[in-house]
Amino acid sequence: MSAIADKLFMYFQYSFVVNALIVGVLIALCSSMLGVTLVLKRYSFIGDGLSHVAFGAMAVAAVAGFTDDMPFILLVTVAFAILLLRTGQNAKIKGDAAIAMISVGALAVGYLLMNVFSSSANVSGDVCTTLFGSTSILTLTKTQVGMCGVLSAVVIGVFVLFYNKIFAVTFDENFARAAGTPVGTCNLLLAVLIAVIIVLAMNLVGSLLISALVIFPALSAMRIFNSFKSVILCSALFSVVCAFAGIVLSILAGTPVGATVVMIDMLAFGAFYVTGSLKNGG
Amino acid sequence: MEAQIICENLKLGYGAGVLVDGLSFTVEKGDYLCIVGENGAGKSTLLRTLLGLQKPLAGKITFGGGLQQNEIGYLPQQTFVQRDFPASVWEVVLSGCQGRCGLRPFYNREEKQIAKNAMEQLEIIPLARTCYRDLSGGQQQRVLLARALCASDKMLVLDEPVSGLDPKMAETMYRLVERINREMGITVIMISHDVLEAIPYATHILHMDREYFFGTVEEYRRSRFGNTFLQPE
Repeated sequence: MSAIADKLFMYFQYSFVVNALIVGVLIALCSSMLGVTLVLKRYSFIGDGLSHVAFGAMAVAAVAGFTDDMPFILLVTVAFAILLLRTGQNAKIKGDAAIAMISVGALAVGYLLMNVFSSSANVSGDVCTTLFGSTSILTLTKTQVGMCGVLSAVVIGVFVLFYNKIFAVTFDENFARAAGTPVGTCNLLLAVLIAVIIVLAMNLVGSLLISALVIFPALSAMRIFNSFKSVILCSALFSVVCAFAGIVLSILAGTPVGATVVMIDMLAFGAFYVTGSLKNGG
Repeated sequence: MEAQIICENLKLGYGAGVLVDGLSFTVEKGDYLCIVGENGAGKSTLLRTLLGLQKPLAGKITFGGGLQQNEIGYLPQQTFVQRDFPASVWEVVLSGCQGRCGLRPFYNREEKQIAKNAMEQLEIIPLARTCYRDLSGGQQQRVLLARALCASDKMLVLDEPVSGLDPKMAETMYRLVERINREMGITVIMISHDVLEAIPYATHILHMDREYFFGTVEEYRRSRFGNTFLQPE
């Protein structure tokens, strides 16, 4: 036991480990807070679709040779988030079909571009890295950590300020609209926040695994807690603890960061599920 | 008497599908208007239009008597999202005050007091911390009614408030709405699929079918609409 503690202590001396933990925890916090709303609004798949869009954007940025690709990816993802939410409303192509279409489309474009134009010798390695996350969270620069910190703060701040409106819009959109709440603006805001979180989360778990960060904390908290506020708080705590544990474990065991975090999320979800069943009498 | 809503020659529907055409009626302060008619006659569409959730294809709605369109309390038919929603009764009722907040992010003391009063009126104070999804159908309707009261002290609009309730709970619900109407002086517009149940409480009837009838309950009883619709089979 003390050998592990020593090893951990040693790792915590390195700034890259500390950076990874800071960024991981921030991402987990943001995604889990919004996750509750997304799950309740039946938007779970938007996160998934947008992450594929982010992957496509990243490929375009790589081909175009942008040195700092984050702003570009952010812009593209936000644009698609707004587009998806709008198509969901006027429904010429139904919401889920639109999401599926855009998500596979972006995936194909991204892979094609990376394959045709890549200068790297190891294309499949690069693709795998962007899809499943990688050690990139362990090689973050100071600027990236700073940017992640600022964006997370903005996401959390906006969420807190709009908390009551988000609740009203999530619980009953028609009622909120009738009472004069700016429903359209709130939905737009949600779309932008999701996009920001997804671009942030690509660093941690890669585009294919982002949905896990959105869904597991929310579903786990909903098994046990009875008010919106407690569900959000529990979801945030759940996500932060799992992300922390996952990152530490992956460093100790040398496993992929994203997959390890998601694995811990799944285990914790199982525990919450059982607890919830016992609590509700089966 | 002041007219709170004047509808003139309304034409309602979606795109090419016209559900309602040439509908005119007036709602005055303190009225209890019951809207009856077959399914698909456009009753819910009419309510959605009154609330500003959709636009009339033609015709005019005028709000007066100190009432604005966003000052109407609304009790919608339950949507499937709400059934498994993790929210306490207190959170749901308080969200009725959202329209009063404008751009202010949090509820103030006055709004919390309004929510408390509404819960007292509907006798759901003991349920405050209970989860909405764990309530019975009748209790859920009370909670939504309390929320509607938070949104307005002038007019309530109810879309089939007793559908899915057993007869005893439906009766309680009708009495609660009646008390809100008589004692608090709040105008009520209610869609009901059960004319015989709802009519004893109403002052006015709007019957929507291929033709429209609008008038007091007395006039309705004497009209040919009432004659055919109110006869026990």
